[in-house]
Amino acid sequence: MTERNAGPGQGSGAEAGAGPNSGAGPNPGAGPEGPTGPREVLSGGSKGRRPGTPRPGTRFRTARLRTPRLRAGVPLPLLLPALLGLAFLVLPLVALLVRAPWRSLPGQLTSVAVWQALRLSLITATAATAVALVLGVPLAWLLARARFPGRRLLRALVTLPLVLPPVVGGVALLLALGRNGIVGRWLDSAFGVTLPFTTAGVVVAEAFVAMPFLVISVEGTLRAADPRYEEAATTLGASRFTAFRRVTLPMVAPGVAAGAVLAWARALGEFGATITFAGNFPGRTQTMPLSVYLALQSDPAAAIALSLVLLAVSIAVLAGLRDRWMAAS
Amino acid sequence: MTRTDASPTEGAALRTDGLDARLVVDRGGFRLDLRLTAAPGEVVALLGPNGAGKTTALRALAGLTPLTEGSLRLDGRTLEDPGNRLRVAPEDRPVGVVFQDYLLFPHLSALDNVAFGPRCHGVPKAEARAQAAEWLDRMGLTDRAGAKPRALSGGQAQRVALARALATHPRLLLLDEPLAALDARTRLDVRAGLRRHLAAFEAVAVLVTHDPLDAMVLADRLVVVEDGGIVQEGAPADISRRPRTDYIASLVGLNLYQGRAEGHTVTLDGGATITTTEDLTGPVFVAFPPAAVTLHRDRPDSSARNLWRLEVAGMESHGDQIRVDLTGELPLLADLTTAAVAELSLHPGRTVWVTLKATQTHAYPA
Repeated sequence: MTERNAGPGQGSGAEAGAGPNSGAGPNPGAGPEGPTGPREVLSGGSKGRRPGTPRPGTRFRTARLRTPRLRAGVPLPLLLPALLGLAFLVLPLVALLVRAPWRSLPGQLTSVAVWQALRLSLITATAATAVALVLGVPLAWLLARARFPGRRLLRALVTLPLVLPPVVGGVALLLALGRNGIVGRWLDSAFGVTLPFTTAGVVVAEAFVAMPFLVISVEGTLRAADPRYEEAATTLGASRFTAFRRVTLPMVAPGVAAGAVLAWARALGEFGATITFAGNFPGRTQTMPLSVYLALQSDPAAAIALSLVLLAVSIAVLAGLRDRWMAAS
Repeated sequence: MTRTDASPTEGAALRTDGLDARLVVDRGGFRLDLRLTAAPGEVVALLGPNGAGKTTALRALAGLTPLTEGSLRLDGRTLEDPGNRLRVAPEDRPVGVVFQDYLLFPHLSALDNVAFGPRCHGVPKAEARAQAAEWLDRMGLTDRAGAKPRALSGGQAQRVALARALATHPRLLLLDEPLAALDARTRLDVRAGLRRHLAAFEAVAVLVTHDPLDAMVLADRLVVVEDGGIVQEGAPADISRRPRTDYIASLVGLNLYQGRAEGHTVTLDGGATITTTEDLTGPVFVAFPPAAVTLHRDRPDSSARNLWRLEVAGMESHGDQIRVDLTGELPLLADLTTAAVAELSLHPGRTVWVTLKATQTHAYPA
């Protein structure tokens, strides 16, 4: 409906005839373009095109290619701290590589102690991630989809371990699940299960610290996912659980995977809660971070070697996530 | 087009087949209250402006929005009755929905999207996929069975969505703006295809649209909804000939006025009079098409009874004509050729003489 001879304030208010008028349906945002969309875009484009720029499409493309390059004219007050910050983050890693005992490295890395710690770390971190997935995904769904009083409080409680010093988490775990803890005592008497200072205890400590990362990540993805897909599934005869399992979960799988990797990396590096709750027994509870710390006091070269292994694992994780996160930012 | 001549007011008797519903949904300041009945095989269109409550009505029928009051019966079975705390969950209703933006599951192929419903109803996987393949075949989409929704064109996605909804053999098919997401050219094809499928559908179909053309082509009966209530319902031809609200009048392209008739003269609320051919008494509507209006630079010598002096408020192109918006004692729209506009040297603010033949008007009781 282009107006002709249009002076100020004279658009006829009546929209008669069979032409599809307002295109946006009752679900703005989610729906594709309304029927009038293409036409308006077309007329608007021809009107807005300036005589000097005959091919806006090609110009746009070349402009877009140029943007990623560093432009001249970054203000100095921003550039200096930025470079300083970059150096601050990268320098320690460079130092690690520079001072690495490259010659004795093969011997260090093949020692039984290193492999024991690495193996334990990988197993416990993976188990902690599994625990976080089994418990965390439903919790994230609850936070994202269910409506109940006190949801904000619950969300705050879930995020608390994110900001809590891990040592405090370890102490809290001892008080809850320790041999004399409020739940641990009962676990001990009823099932003969004791968690502290066992490999299972390591998993518990790591899951406690890592699960919030997964919950927050999955909850964010669930919030972004359109809940109407679940509605569509229920109109097809799916129960709410089936709708979650067969529709929502596959749709948020990338977010779950990202959250799981994040949780896994956090669990792998866990130190404070682990040493407090599970102790430091080689082969049983001594994970990589604990053995790095311990080695640093007796054999710095071994500590550096162990650190290099963890660095390599971290880089591998980052590379695995590259597509997901680098693209997202 | 009419296959059943269901009269709009037959709701007094309880239907034992088809749809029989009174939908009341209260939602903070907005109240939807619709009486809706339909026989099996009938296609009913809810037509109305955005925000009228059409989609809420559709969601209530599907069980996605609970009723505050009223009841919902389908084929004699009560699906919802808030008075008796009865409510069948959406997954247990024999209802299929085609959503406005289709909501095809993006991680499933077209085939698995269609097979989803039968699978949820306990059909074994292989059998469900075979049924889905049959539905896609019926929609002419056999070669797209393996495609993900992202790879489908708008028209194909619409047909997959329709197949998915039909695959559960619903007794009530709901379509929310089924053609709104399509561009003009695809719309034409899809509308024709949809009409064929709806005509073949043996149960009740309710579609929601703000496009009168879709409503008139696809539906046997129109229910016009404004502000949460029904303002008019009936056969498409009847509604387009005798609109009862400004919204419908503007949809079907008519000038519409309300007034009191004394014989052939209708006095409008504003004081203006229109002479009509119908002989009526009491409150009436008068409607006439914009093309029936003639504009003159000077006072015409004609014997036309309907003569007014009006001011041009605005003009816009309307198809190959110019639609002129006139204000004065009888605000109206007139359709003129471009030549006529030039000849009259029309511009906003100019006053013209306007005539209208009584034979071109149509008056009917309000």
